[in-house]
Amino acid sequence: MLKLSHSDYEALRAHGEETYPHECCGALLGRSMPGGNHVHQIVRAGNTRTDRAHDRYNIAPEELIKIQRQARSLGLDIVGFYHSHPDHPAQWSQTDFAEAHWVGCSYIITEIAGGKAAITNSFFLSGTGEEDKQFLDEAIEIEIEQD
Amino acid sequence: MKIHIPTPLRAYTGGQPTVSVPGATVGEALEQLTGAYPDLRQNLYTADGKLRSFVNIYLNDDDIRYLPSKEATATGESDELTIIPSIAGGCCSLTPLPSH
Repeated sequence: MLKLSHSDYEALRAHGEETYPHECCGALLGRSMPGGNHVHQIVRAGNTRTDRAHDRYNIAPEELIKIQRQARSLGLDIVGFYHSHPDHPAQWSQTDFAEAHWVGCSYIITEIAGGKAAITNSFFLSGTGEEDKQFLDEAIEIEIEQD
Repeated sequence: MKIHIPTPLRAYTGGQPTVSVPGATVGEALEQLTGAYPDLRQNLYTADGKLRSFVNIYLNDDDIRYLPSKEATATGESDELTIIPSIAGGCCSLTPLPSH
């Protein structure tokens, strides 16, 4: 199960609405716990696929390095990523699967329908490497912050 | 020098996020790393010894693929290597949903 705060959940969905009709993307910083990944912070990233940003995303390695440093400085790890599917379901695609290499991490996908965030799903990349990796449906537990 | 290990590869370094290895060059440091943790090798390199296309290795802020001397680049004790798999993907335009 993936845990994240209500504010982070809303923020990553809002990111997809802002970049519509293009895909948004970002990273999930947190900790890997026995029961699943626990997100403490989300980090927006730029989509370098300007050639076809409506149906592809890529985070520049240089930006990933900075995000990893940020996580380390906070005592956190990269535990997953998020992106949006403009006007397509919140299900992983063959491209998503082929390009997924962070085994043990969570991949959140939000459907943005006509500019509004619709369904948000998470998929856990299970396995030990490229040969046996697979996406598993992963429940999302949203934590409501106390004021 | 320090080598930072990304989350998915820590299963092969005993859970360690950072490994310190000796090495006068990038290549020597990576040899030391895969010598100490042999299971890492197949996750970093193809069967013919080439760095997997989705694996990026940075010497400080520079991708080693684009360094003039590549893996022969000299390193110092304070340099850091970071291994970072790529992150990409995208939606389903090649397999559109059937219309209703």
